[in-house]
Amino acid sequence: MTTPNTPLWEVFIRSRNGLAHKHCGSLHAADATLALQAARDIYTRRGEGLSIWVVPSSAITASDPADKGMMFEPAESKIYRHPTFYEVPEEVGHM
Amino acid sequence: MTAASIQVSETPLVLYALRRADDALVLGHRLSEWCGHAPMLEEDMALANIALDLLGQARELYSYAAKVEGRDNDEDKLAYLRDVRQYRNLLLVEQQNGDFARTMTRQFFYSAFADPYWRTMTASRDATLAAIAAKSEKESAYHLRHASEWMVRLGDGTEESHARAQTAIEDLWSFTGEMFTVDDSERALIDAGVAIDPETLRGQWLKTVAGVLGEATLARPANDWMQKGGRIGHHSEHLGHLLSELQSMQRSFPGASW
Repeated sequence: MTTPNTPLWEVFIRSRNGLAHKHCGSLHAADATLALQAARDIYTRRGEGLSIWVVPSSAITASDPADKGMMFEPAESKIYRHPTFYEVPEEVGHM
Repeated sequence: MTAASIQVSETPLVLYALRRADDALVLGHRLSEWCGHAPMLEEDMALANIALDLLGQARELYSYAAKVEGRDNDEDKLAYLRDVRQYRNLLLVEQQNGDFARTMTRQFFYSAFADPYWRTMTASRDATLAAIAAKSEKESAYHLRHASEWMVRLGDGTEESHARAQTAIEDLWSFTGEMFTVDDSERALIDAGVAIDPETLRGQWLKTVAGVLGEATLARPANDWMQKGGRIGHHSEHLGHLLSELQSMQRSFPGASW
């Protein structure tokens, strides 16, 4: 239920050995402090995280699904952008 | 009801553990009553989390009480097969949930005590109690933060939320004094360094309460007359109803497990 008093927040969690915060869901809360508490209670109950970010959903600018042709399809035909067209010398080892 | 109540030999240490276990179990059960009924999904989860923390504390304390008693009792028997007059919890924690402000006020009053209590108990000369305290103090620190944030928002929120929070404070205030009482049985444990004198925590409790209520624009009641009796089994009428629900399975199907 969305009310004017409880806006939507996006939750990002950095896991124990993760390097980056990953989006894991959203929640409703009255303000940033309560959003952080709620994120802790909802998304880290099983020891999932060591750090939490909450961001007002309204602060996120999203691409328009209707634009996906223009936005993403041109990249699909450019397979040469994948670094798979050269051989890695053996001496380099694991990359 | 087919399972009879057990008898417990309440030596000072058994009684001490039982009292804290009963606090945690009864308050945890109260919070669990919100499950599926909280004002919002997020808070439903938060209250259930806190309830589970308290249940965990209760289990460890009951297990220790049973071990110290050294008879046939265990954590389940202590929780499910004692009558209301054998329960040793504070009157505060058995008070009904009421509205959300009342539940939060009860939680705030208790957590503002439990947090410094467990932190101080980490230095107990009793290794088991010190270990339980070390685990519990991290939980109670969060419980206090959670309840404090809500007190501020309820008090400094709308006219309605302020009035409800103030009413809850007036109603529950007289149950807060019992947290600081000590009887002869506890005095011996305090002298032995096993327990701590709760009176030494009163200043900190008052400071926490004054700070949060001040920020919340809520008033501290002037009345200092305090209720007591829970620690010796003299309870309000609410605990019997709570226990009849909490114990019904084990009373009807003794020893049932799943």
